[in-house]
Amino acid sequence: MSATPAGLRADIDIPGRVTASFTAEPGDVVAVLGPNGAGKTTLLRALAGIAEPGGEVMLNGTSWTDPPVLVRDRGVGVVFQQQALFPHLCALDNVAFGLRSRGAARGDAERVGRDWLARFGIADLAGRKPRELSGGQAQRVAIARALATEPALLLLDEPFAGLDVGVATALRLELARHLAAYSGITLLVTHQALDALTLATRVLVLDEGLIAQQGTPADVAARPRTDHVARLVGLNVLRAGDTFSAFSPTAVTVSLRPPEGSARLRWRGAILGVSPHGDALRLLVDAAGAGRHLIADVTPAAAAELGLTPGREVWLSVKETAVEWYSAPRSGR
Amino acid sequence: MSRRSTLGAPPALLLVPALVAATFLVVPLATLVIATPWSRFFELLGTEAVRDALGITALTSVATVIACLLLGTPLAWLLARVEFRGRSLLRAAVTVPLVLPPVVAGVALVTALGRNGLIGGLLRDLTGVTIPYTTVAVVLAHTFASMPFYVLAVEGALRASGEEYDVVAASLGATRWTTFRRITLPLALPGVLAGAILAWARSLGEFGATITFAGNYPGTTQTMPSLIYGALQSDPEVARTLSMILLIVSVAILASLRNRWLVRP
Repeated sequence: MSATPAGLRADIDIPGRVTASFTAEPGDVVAVLGPNGAGKTTLLRALAGIAEPGGEVMLNGTSWTDPPVLVRDRGVGVVFQQQALFPHLCALDNVAFGLRSRGAARGDAERVGRDWLARFGIADLAGRKPRELSGGQAQRVAIARALATEPALLLLDEPFAGLDVGVATALRLELARHLAAYSGITLLVTHQALDALTLATRVLVLDEGLIAQQGTPADVAARPRTDHVARLVGLNVLRAGDTFSAFSPTAVTVSLRPPEGSARLRWRGAILGVSPHGDALRLLVDAAGAGRHLIADVTPAAAAELGLTPGREVWLSVKETAVEWYSAPRSGR
Repeated sequence: MSRRSTLGAPPALLLVPALVAATFLVVPLATLVIATPWSRFFELLGTEAVRDALGITALTSVATVIACLLLGTPLAWLLARVEFRGRSLLRAAVTVPLVLPPVVAGVALVTALGRNGLIGGLLRDLTGVTIPYTTVAVVLAHTFASMPFYVLAVEGALRASGEEYDVVAASLGATRWTTFRRITLPLALPGVLAGAILAWARSLGEFGATITFAGNYPGTTQTMPSLIYGALQSDPEVARTLSMILLIVSVAILASLRNRWLVRP
C-alpha cells in the first residue's frame, strides 16, 4: 500500500488496548464512537503521541512512528477531556502558550491569541483565569488554544462532556462552523450520536479496541452494527449471523394479545421500564425471542389504556416494510 | 459539652496523664518567656558575640535556602517527573538525612569533606583549600540537613500539581524546559514556598552537624544554636535572649505553615 501524500494514515496497534487502521483526508471530521473502555481515548492519545507507542502513523507523507516523533514536534492540537487549561494563566496566555512555545514573539502570540478568542466570541474574557470562566467559556478557550497553533491534526476528546445541554448545543454549532473552516483533519471522540451526525464527515465505531464499523454518519446511524450505536441513535437492531435488521421504536406496535403477522417480527416480553421520550412514552422490553432488550414508543393514551407498567407482559411486533435489512460486509467481528 | 453529658466525664486515667503531658510541654516554654530579661533584651542583642551569631545564622540560613532552591528543585522534579531505574532507591537515600542523628551527619561530612576526607583531602592536595571550620562548612552542614525537607515538600507539590499539564504543554509544542519554567514550577510554587520555609527552619535550629563539621568559632562558624549552647554556662541571660528569638521565629514559622495557602494551592 503506498502512502497518500496528503492525509492521515493510521495503523494503531497497542495490544490489549486498541487495534485500528483507518485513513482520513484533509478536511475530514472523523467521529470516534464507542462505549466506555472501547479504546477511543487511547486511540486519540496514540495519535497525539502521549500513549505508549504501537503501530504506525503517517501524516501528509511524514511518518510519526519511524523514527518516533515527540509530541511537541507533531503539530497536533489536543482538546483534553477535562479542559486542562493552565490554571495559573489567563485565557489569553493559555491560547498564546502554543504560539510562544513554537517561537513566536510575545506580542505576535498575544495578537493571534486575541484573534482566536474573538472568533469564539470571548475576546472580553481574555484576562480571566480559568477558575473565573464557566464550563462553556473554558471549553471555548481550550478549543481556541488547540486551533491557534494551526495544527494539521486536531484531536478532540469528548469536548462537550460535563456541559449543560444548552451550552453543549450552542458550542456544537459554533464548533461546526470552525471545523468547516479548518483545513486539517479532526478526530472527535464522543458519546453523542448527535455529535457524529452534526459535525462528522466520517464515523469510526470502536468496540473492545477494534473498529466495529466505519462509514458516513448517515450510513452508520441508519444501519448500526453495534448495540452501542443502536442505543445512541435510538434504533432496535437485531443480528442473525452476518445479517442485521434495524427498526425504529416508533414503528413497533404494542399489544396485549399475540399479533398477526410474521413470527420472526414479533416478540413477547416483560416491560422493564417506562420513560418519557418527546411526546411519547418509551418502553424498554425484555424481549426473550430477540435475545436482547427492545424499545418501543407508544402514546401516553395507549399506555394508559393498555396499562403498560413495568412488569407487564406484552407483545411487540413490527411490519416487514418498516425494517431495514443489511449485512456486515466484513466478517470477523 | 454535649458529648460530655451523653458519654459521661473523661476518666481520670486518661485526663491526668493528658494534663501532665500538656503541662510538661507548655511550662518550660512559659518559663523561658518569663525568665527572658526583657528589660535588657535589645542591649543583649547588641553585644558582639550575639550580633555575630545572628549575622552568621541569617547568612547561612539564607544561603541554605538558596542552595535548596537551586539544587533541590531540580532533584525534586527528577524524582517526580522522570522515570528511571533506581528512582525509589534514590528517593530513599535522599530521605535518610531526615531521620539521621545530626551528629552522624556531621561525622559523615567530615569523612567526605574533612581535611583528610575522601573528597576534602583531594581538594586540599589540588587547590590548598580546606572546607571544615569555615562559614562554607556551616552552609554545607545546614544544606545536608535541610535539603531532604525541601525535596520531599516540593516533590509532593509537583506530584499534586499534576503531570497532565505537562502533557498539555507538550501537545502545544513546549520543550520540557519551557514546560518546567512556565507551567510546572508556577503550579508548584506553594509547595516550593512551604519547602523553603521548612528548610529555613531546619537550618535555623541545626546544631549537631554544624558543631561536628564546622566547629564553634565566633565570627565564622558560631551560629545562634552554638552560641546558646556555649552561653548557657557563662551568661544564661544571653542564652535566654537568643532562645527567645528562636522561639518567636519558630512560632511564626508554625503559623505561616498552618496557613492553608502555603499547604494547598
